[in-house]
Amino acid sequence: MQSHFELFGLELGFALDRVALERAYREIQGRIHPDRFAHAGDAERRASVQWTTRVNEAYRVLQDPLERALHLLELNGVDVALETNTAMPVDFLERQMALREALEAASEARDAAVLDALRAELGVERERVVARLALCIDAEKDYDAAAGLVRELKFLERLDAEIESAYDAIEA
Amino acid sequence: MALLQISEPGQATAPHARRLAVGIDLGTTNSLVATVRNGVAVTLSDERGRVLLPSVVRYRRDAGCEVGYAAQLHHAEDPKNTIISVKRFMGRGLGDIAHIENAPYDFVDAPGMVQLRTVAGVKSPVEVSAEILKTLRARAEASLGGDLSGAVVTVPAYFDDAQRQATKDAATLAGLNVLRLLNEPTAAAIAYGLDNAAEGVYAVYDLGGGTFDISILRLSRGVFEVLATNGDAALGGDDFDHRVYCWALEEAGLSLLPPRDVRVLYAKAREAKETLTAHGEAPLMARLSSGEFVDLTLKSETFCRITHTLVHKTLGPTRKVLRDAGLTIADVNGVVMVGGATRMPEIQHAVAEFFRCDPLNNLDPDKVVAIGAAMQANVLAGNKPQGEDWLLLDVIPLSLGIETMGGLVERIIPRNSTIPVARAQEFTTSEDGQSAMSIHVVQGERELVSDSRSLAKFDLRGIPPMVAGAARIRVTYQVDADGLLAVSAREATTGVEATVSVKPSYGLADRDIERMLRDSVEHATDDMRARALQEAAVDARRLLGAIDSALRADATLLTNEERAEIDRGRAELLAALEGGDHRAIKRAAEALNRTTEPFAGRRMDAGVKRALAGQKIASFDI
Repeated sequence: MQSHFELFGLELGFALDRVALERAYREIQGRIHPDRFAHAGDAERRASVQWTTRVNEAYRVLQDPLERALHLLELNGVDVALETNTAMPVDFLERQMALREALEAASEARDAAVLDALRAELGVERERVVARLALCIDAEKDYDAAAGLVRELKFLERLDAEIESAYDAIEA
Repeated sequence: MALLQISEPGQATAPHARRLAVGIDLGTTNSLVATVRNGVAVTLSDERGRVLLPSVVRYRRDAGCEVGYAAQLHHAEDPKNTIISVKRFMGRGLGDIAHIENAPYDFVDAPGMVQLRTVAGVKSPVEVSAEILKTLRARAEASLGGDLSGAVVTVPAYFDDAQRQATKDAATLAGLNVLRLLNEPTAAAIAYGLDNAAEGVYAVYDLGGGTFDISILRLSRGVFEVLATNGDAALGGDDFDHRVYCWALEEAGLSLLPPRDVRVLYAKAREAKETLTAHGEAPLMARLSSGEFVDLTLKSETFCRITHTLVHKTLGPTRKVLRDAGLTIADVNGVVMVGGATRMPEIQHAVAEFFRCDPLNNLDPDKVVAIGAAMQANVLAGNKPQGEDWLLLDVIPLSLGIETMGGLVERIIPRNSTIPVARAQEFTTSEDGQSAMSIHVVQGERELVSDSRSLAKFDLRGIPPMVAGAARIRVTYQVDADGLLAVSAREATTGVEATVSVKPSYGLADRDIERMLRDSVEHATDDMRARALQEAAVDARRLLGAIDSALRADATLLTNEERAEIDRGRAELLAALEGGDHRAIKRAAEALNRTTEPFAGRRMDAGVKRALAGQKIASFDI
């Protein structure tokens, strides 16, 4: 099957030309979206839903650094073992522990401002990992190291989801 | 004076026949229909010039019914048979409905969706809504002078799958060809965006009679992209009326009232609320059936105090939608206010304070949804040339998941995914030799199945005996452009498959719709047959038209043999149309659809290639 990059006429690589991706996405949607076939026969309506679904999925994957890295590693035959490999560098884990403790404290204190700060901090951490991913995949082609970074990114994503639940709990 | 043109006999008068398409806002309190006429979207009024149709249906003993103002006249004297705010019951079970104790109806607890016992028999909320839609359809056909080709029907963005499906069923029952279910705030954004040539990020705050939606959209160069949506499907102007009603009961020292008095006092409570929009205080007077007289004055401070928590309840989803969109208040260029309930000054203040800017009110909050829906219907019907139309990218409001061991929800499609969307996930058996698997489809953000909305349950049977954990069952969720879900499950080693369009367990099965259609046609089988024939013929002609235009555009994608096969199919369908048997027409249309499947796929492929090729040319230009 065609890679998500090829679908949008983009070069394979972690660094992403967001403007080109968005332009291609909109151009394609403009031609195949179900709204263009609302009055067509069943066969065309079905085909349109199928193709648009595929295009939406590819767009989602490419936009998200974690998913994009996973897709590239898969194309290169690397198994990231997201669920089974939980080994993390010690300094990374230490920072995570600190963030998690801060999150628990903020939840207990029902303090949205602290959550905002935590989120910002998490954002910085994420950008750091993403920058290193770009280096590993595009420049060094060190896919094993990249797989480790993807696992770190997944870890950060879970923490982000927990922050989101903490907001919900405060606002409920 | 310029001479008027008269066309040659036998030729169509219009250079390209416009399709009659409408947008319908099926509201909790009022409903509207609008269309695009001479390039301008207009709401259509009844014979007395009234645009709003009260969403009220009264059933009579003679099995007939009254809709709108005529029904509203009797709401106090005949509360049991006069259904108001039926939208609150769509796709809902008895236990899901707030303040049900104040509703004067004779509820029947049916599986999935509550029903109402009236003098004309037991009615589903779908049937009641269909009466409202039929009235609007008749109004549109009288006003436009022809059969409708299609309709866009709006739903609250925060409606779940059950509520959406119920709305679509109601439209089908009313004989409408549903071009699309459109989210209300998205419809409003279309109307607002096109009217104001708006670009940037906008929030749409939509507080209707019974539902609250908050959507964040990015508007740019002919694309309306919903970034995130949130809301509360059981919060609206009705709840403010309820607070005023409860306040009046307490102030007047009243307790349980007969249904008639409940209706009277509710109506007075609503009037008082509406008066407060322009005044600092409002009288609330009512004569009860006991002869007692309620004489109160509602001050706006009091109103704000008793409804404060309701206003506050809209701000939680508003914060959440911004976080989901990955934005802050500073990123929002404007807030569009939609829905009659946003006329309340305290809502205007709360929104202004939250977003730190004055909300936009330059379109009539009652009409803006119908206007946007009409504009979208005009595009979907193909009445706008390419280049002048726009693209709409919408999302699902609530996550879709599946029940796993221990009553936990595994999320399959997260909320705010752009539709259409499909996701698949593999599951396995928990016991040795397990031969069947029960698939329970749920919707919502909670982790426990018991806290989520149950959409459907079905079984995948015939799994070959294996040790626990060895089977590979792939479950696929597909959400279409209306936001409606279909689920399929497949065992990998044997290919055993089960599919469900997530409909029958809560909504209506197709045969229920057929039965209701039959019931609604009072004159026996001749009319049924005539109607079936007419519908099949309309569908067949639409299909032929679509295939002709596809062939004009892309005939080069076909081999000679394929082209000949399609031509044969067309000829057979034309012959069936001549024959006048609706079953034969349907069969021929289905066959033609099958024949054109590879062609349809190739056209999409070609569309993608052209999109990319067009881009390369465009980038050379720069």
